[in-house]
Amino acid sequence: MATNNTITVKFFARLREELDTATLTVEAEPGLTAGRLLHDLAGKGGNWAQLDGALPVMIAVNQVMTKPDKVLQPGDEVAFFPPVTGG
Amino acid sequence: MIRVQQQDFDPAEEYRALRGSGSGTGAIATFTGLVRDSGDLDGVTGLFLEHYPGMTEQVIEGLVREASGRWDVHEARIIHRVGYLSLGEQIVFVGVCSAHRGDAFAACEFIMDALKTSAPFWKKEITGDSEHWVEQRAADLDRTRSWE
Repeated sequence: MATNNTITVKFFARLREELDTATLTVEAEPGLTAGRLLHDLAGKGGNWAQLDGALPVMIAVNQVMTKPDKVLQPGDEVAFFPPVTGG
Repeated sequence: MIRVQQQDFDPAEEYRALRGSGSGTGAIATFTGLVRDSGDLDGVTGLFLEHYPGMTEQVIEGLVREASGRWDVHEARIIHRVGYLSLGEQIVFVGVCSAHRGDAFAACEFIMDALKTSAPFWKKEITGDSEHWVEQRAADLDRTRSWE
């Protein structure tokens, strides 16, 4: 759960499986963007490296699609996922 | 009416509900999508469908609002299933009623096309010996763009 100064990060579908992570929590640093967070997470290496542009990653903040330059606020829920394939 | 659920649905029930929408309704268009045996892979025996609870419903609500702004929509009913589904099972239902067929056809097709490329659902194909997360198709994006 996000506390006052954290951001909840969610992963879905192929990313959730390959990262073996559905949810994690990160510190909300001032000025942190969704794209920067993605880049930071890619730095963990291994399967996480794919977050740095190898395949398209969609971004939603508080359940609304957004772009990588979106600045994250404490308490935000950011989700990273592959292009959608329902229907 | 928008529902995301594991259990199956009865299109006849949804049709009856659309018929009861009011005396101004003159047309009902419905679409049902099924699990088929080939997609990215051949020999598909089932699918696993995942969604983003909360966001998925909000996105579909937005699509219904958009359709209602463009066409005369009396009521729209959308059901999408999640979890494990076997070959031949129903995946998705879209039903729209309107005064006239043109609006019902167009709104139903628009909602279905836009759902495929904007609602957060992900499909994994399962065969006898493998699993594969389906890739988004350029043709699906083209269909959605054709409504712009």
